[in-house]
Amino acid sequence: MMRIPISALIGLTLTALYFLGAIFAGLVAPYGMAEIVGDSWEPASAAHWLGTDSIGRDLLSRMIWGGQVTIFVATAGTILSFVTGSVLGFTAAVAGGWIDQALSRFVDLIMAVPALIFALVVLSVMPVTLPVLILVMGLLDATRVFRLARAVAVDITVMDYVEAARLRGERRAWIIFREILPNALSPLVAEMGLRFIFMVLFISTLSFLGLGVQPPLADWGGIVKENKEGIVYGIPAALIPAIAIATLAISVNLVADWILNRTTSLKGGRGG
Amino acid sequence: MADTLLDIRNLRIEATAYPPGEAPRDLVIVDDVSLRLDKGRVMGLIGESGAGKSTIGLSAMAYGRGGVRITGGQVLLNGRDILAAGPAGLRALRGREVTYVAQSAAAAFNPARRLMDQVIEATLWHRLAGRAEAEARAIGLFRSLGLPAPETIGNRYPHQVSGGQLQRVMTAMALCPKPDLVIFDEPTTALDVTTQIDVLAAIKTAIRETGVAALYITHDLAVVAQVADEIMVLRHGKMVEAGETGQIITAPRQDYTRALVSVRSIDHAEKPPADEPVLRVEGVTARYPGLPVDVLRNVSVSLDPGHTLAVVGESGSGKSTLARAITGLLPPVAGQMRFAGRTLAPQLAGRTKDDLRELQMIYQMADVAMNPRQTVGTIIGRPLEFYFGLKGAERDARVQDLLDAIEMGKGYADRYPAELSGGQKQRVCIARALAAKPRMIICDEVTSALDPLVADGILRLLLDLQAREGVAYLFITHDLATVRAIADSIAVMHQGRVVRYGTKSEVLAPPFDDYTDLLLSSVPEMRLGWLEGVIASRRMEGAGN
Repeated sequence: MMRIPISALIGLTLTALYFLGAIFAGLVAPYGMAEIVGDSWEPASAAHWLGTDSIGRDLLSRMIWGGQVTIFVATAGTILSFVTGSVLGFTAAVAGGWIDQALSRFVDLIMAVPALIFALVVLSVMPVTLPVLILVMGLLDATRVFRLARAVAVDITVMDYVEAARLRGERRAWIIFREILPNALSPLVAEMGLRFIFMVLFISTLSFLGLGVQPPLADWGGIVKENKEGIVYGIPAALIPAIAIATLAISVNLVADWILNRTTSLKGGRGG
Repeated sequence: MADTLLDIRNLRIEATAYPPGEAPRDLVIVDDVSLRLDKGRVMGLIGESGAGKSTIGLSAMAYGRGGVRITGGQVLLNGRDILAAGPAGLRALRGREVTYVAQSAAAAFNPARRLMDQVIEATLWHRLAGRAEAEARAIGLFRSLGLPAPETIGNRYPHQVSGGQLQRVMTAMALCPKPDLVIFDEPTTALDVTTQIDVLAAIKTAIRETGVAALYITHDLAVVAQVADEIMVLRHGKMVEAGETGQIITAPRQDYTRALVSVRSIDHAEKPPADEPVLRVEGVTARYPGLPVDVLRNVSVSLDPGHTLAVVGESGSGKSTLARAITGLLPPVAGQMRFAGRTLAPQLAGRTKDDLRELQMIYQMADVAMNPRQTVGTIIGRPLEFYFGLKGAERDARVQDLLDAIEMGKGYADRYPAELSGGQKQRVCIARALAAKPRMIICDEVTSALDPLVADGILRLLLDLQAREGVAYLFITHDLATVRAIADSIAVMHQGRVVRYGTKSEVLAPPFDDYTDLLLSSVPEMRLGWLEGVIASRRMEGAGN
C-alpha cells in the first residue's frame, strides 16, 4: 500500500549496496586489504577495476575493506551517541531542576570546544584503536543528540498525557520510554541519518589527519590521505573514496527523509 | 429585489482530505447551500464544528481557507458574482464592501503596531477617507462599542488591552471602512461569560447604529438569538432549517434544531448530604514557585462521596490551580487536604498508590490528554495493569467492559486517538479514569472544548456513571448551565478565593453577592430580548448606586 518514492529508492539501493559491501567485504573484495598486487598507481584494467594505489594495492579491494571500517566505526559511533544522548536528554527534560542544569551546562561546556580539536587532543594522548575512536566520536556527538532530545522532550513533557502518567504514579523510566520516546522518534530518526553522515565525515577527517584508523587498516579518509600526492599527476585514486563518502552521505539522507515522512504519516502521527 | 445584499446560490465547497495511511479523498464541506441576506439584516449561521458555517461565511468574501475549493454555485454581492472576480476585484472588495471579525482577537492583531493604525489601515488603503477623518470615525466607533477612553485607546498596543476590549477593537476595525457586510466568526466564543455579554451588547449596538448587514457565525444558539434577525441551522455542510430568529427558537421544525434548542436541559436533583466527605480541603493557600502572588487564598471546600462539587469562576479565578493543588502537582504553602479519611501528602511523590488510584483526573483537551502513539486499548488498559496487575485476556475483557460503559462498544480498542471524534476522545479519557476504580474524579472543563450536543452526551454519561459507580466529581467549569445540570454543591471562585459555597439550591438562590449575581446574569438564555433585559437592569442598578 505504501509507494516508495524514486528518491528514497535511489537512496535505499545505494545505502544497501554500501552496507552489503561492508558486511560481505571478505566475499566481494577481489584481493586482501593490504595485499600488494602490482605497481603503484596502475590505471584501471580488467584485473584492477579501479587501478592500484600508491604502493600497488588493488584500490577496489581497499575501497571495500575501507568501507567496512568506515561504516562500522560510523554506525557504532552513531548508536553510542544516540543511546547516551537521547537517554540523558530525556532524563534532563523529565527530571528538570538541578539534574537538567548540571547535564545541560556540562554539554554546553563540551560543545564550546570544537569537536575536531577535542578529538585530536584526546586521541593524541590515548592509544588510537577502533574502540577508543568509537568512544571518543560517539560521546562527542552525543552532545548534539542530547540537545535535540532534550528540546523535543521538553515540548512533550508539558502534554497532559505525560501529566496523566505522572498522576498515575508511573516511574521515570516508563515516562521516558513509553510516553516520550515514541513521540520523539520522528525528529530523532531524521537526525540519526544526519549524525551518521557526520560520523563518516568525522572518522574520514581524523584518518586523513593521521589520528584515525591506523595503517595497514584501510578506511576512506585514510585512502584519500595515502593517494593525495597522486592528484598532482592526474591520478584519480584519491577522488574515488571522496566520491564514495559523498554518495553514501546523500543516499543515507534520502533514506532518512523518507523514513521521517513515513513515520509522521503513521496513524496518530502529526499528519504527513 | 433592490435591497438584497448577499445572495448565495447553491454553493458547493470541496476539500481534499489526506487521512494518514490512506489514499486522499475529496470531501464535500458545503453542499448546496443557498441564502439571501437583505441590507441591514443580521443572519446567524449556527452549527457544530464541521458544519461548514465558517466556510460559508468566508465564501461571502470569495475566500477559501487552505486547500478548500469552491466548486459550484454563485455568490452575488450587490448583484455581482464575486466568485468570478479577479485578484484586483477581490482586493477592491475585501476590507471595503465586506469585512471580517475573527474568533481570536489576540492572534489577529499585529502585536508590534498601535491599535489605531491597524483599525484604520483598510480605510486608508482603499482611500475611503483621509487619516484625520478615519481616526475620527474610529474614535466614534470606539465610543459606541463602549471602550474606555475612546480618544486615546487607539494609541495602545494590543497587549495593553483586555481580551474583551480587543475583540471590540476588532469590531471597530471591521466597521471603520463602512462596509455593506461584516462577517462575525465566533467573536465571543473565546471570552469569559461576564465579558461575552459586554462584547455582545457592544456588537449589537454597533450593528444597529451603523445599519450594516452581518453574518454572525457561532455554535451557541442562545448567543445568536440575541443579535440575529434570522437564523440558518447547518449540519454536515447542509442546511437543516432557516427562518426568523423567533420561529427557530420557539417553534423549530426539525429534530436537530429542537435538540439544539433544548440542549443543557438536563434536570438533576440535588442529593442529600452524606456523613463523611470523601475530600476535605481546609484553608489551602497556594502559589506558583517564583511568583509572590497567592493564586489560591485560604480555600476550604468539601465533597461528599458520590456527589458533584462544581467549582465555577472566570479564567484566572484559581479553579484549575485548586485541581493542581489537590492532585499534588502544586503543593500548597498552607492548609491541609484529607481524602477518604487519610491526610493527603502535599507532594505527589509522598502519596501512596491508593491515593493516586482513588483520585483520578479528566482534562479539558482530550487531544493532548492521550498519547497519540498508544491505542485506545493501551490507554485504558494501562491503569488496569498498573494498579491491579491485570494482564492479557483478563485485561482486554475489562477494557471492553469499560468501552461498553462509555457507550462505545467493540472495535475501538485497536484504534488510535487521531481516529476518534472529539466526543469519543473525551469518553476514552473518562474510561481511563474509571479503570482505576476511583472514589473521586477531577473534571477540568471537560465539556468546554466540545459542541453543545456532544457535551450534553458527555454530561449525561458522567451522571449515569456516578449513579452506577458512586464516584464523586470535582467539576471545574466556567459554564453555569453545566453547573445547573450536574452539581450537588457549588463553590464560586473569584481571584483565588471561594466567594460563595454551599449546596446548589443555596448558591443559586438569592440573595446573591455581587460577583455571583454578575456570573449568573451573564449566562445567555434562549429567548428573545434577554440581552436587552440584562443590560437594562444593570444600568438601573448602576444608576441606583
